[in-house]
Amino acid sequence: MKSKIFPLISFVILITVFFIFYKGLQNSNIYVPENNIEKKIPIFEVKKFASENLINSNQIFESNKFYLLNIWASWCVPCREEHKYLMELSKEKNIQLIGLNYKDKYENAKNFLDELNNPYNSIYSDQDGTISIEWGAYGVPESFLIYNNKIIKKIIGPVSKKTLFEIKDIIE
Amino acid sequence: MRILKFLAVLFFLFNFNFVYSQTENESEKITKNLRCLICQGQSVYDSDSEFANSLKILVKKKLDEGLNEKQIYEFLKGKYGEWILYDPEFNKNTYFLWLLPILIFLLGGAIIFKLSIFRKK
Repeated sequence: MKSKIFPLISFVILITVFFIFYKGLQNSNIYVPENNIEKKIPIFEVKKFASENLINSNQIFESNKFYLLNIWASWCVPCREEHKYLMELSKEKNIQLIGLNYKDKYENAKNFLDELNNPYNSIYSDQDGTISIEWGAYGVPESFLIYNNKIIKKIIGPVSKKTLFEIKDIIE
Repeated sequence: MRILKFLAVLFFLFNFNFVYSQTENESEKITKNLRCLICQGQSVYDSDSEFANSLKILVKKKLDEGLNEKQIYEFLKGKYGEWILYDPEFNKNTYFLWLLPILIFLLGGAIIFKLSIFRKK
């Protein structure tokens, strides 16, 4: 009896380990950010673009209004691609576009906007990239659709024609 | 009196150095346990990407604000999910991972123990 317990336990453990590893193999090990999670927006202090004045985030976002926070930089190539869609979105009346200039030089950012026009209602600058991390972003460009101080949609990468229509659908 | 002042200055100087080095060590320790999300396979400490550099600054800022290691992990977990931590936490998804080595160790020990009893007989 005793001699049978050990092989039996070993066998059971082996089988469980095998199944757990087998299941684990099928899981994706690529980081996939969650896109549709309702999260409260972070509270932070940020510098206004082209000035040294600090402003608190709760002065930027009012409830019952739609905002699109767009993280951009003049050195980021996909930001140029999405710019035309942001320009189109800026024509909509019930959404405010907030730009967060990520790790950029003021002159370069200004030239970028002079060249391609400015779609933003207000712009803030994130010199060291820490505010983007407060938002849970991990690169440029990235956009957040905000309503009632909550993130209702996260767009990772450039805004495309498809996402533009999705945003328009939500705000209407 | 002068000596006393000199000693006081020395005391403060070394104390501040100590505080400084402590946050340095602490932030190093934390960033070594954070996964760089855009350069997978590297820790934030090892990486030189924009994301990792910003995260290093943020960790230092949070330490200055008085948050401890665990609070910083919680903060980042809330932003990016548990994937950002290299050291998986002990929960229902990972308890097997943590307990398996102990289990194997105990089983091995039991086998050795059993064999030694057999030999004595």
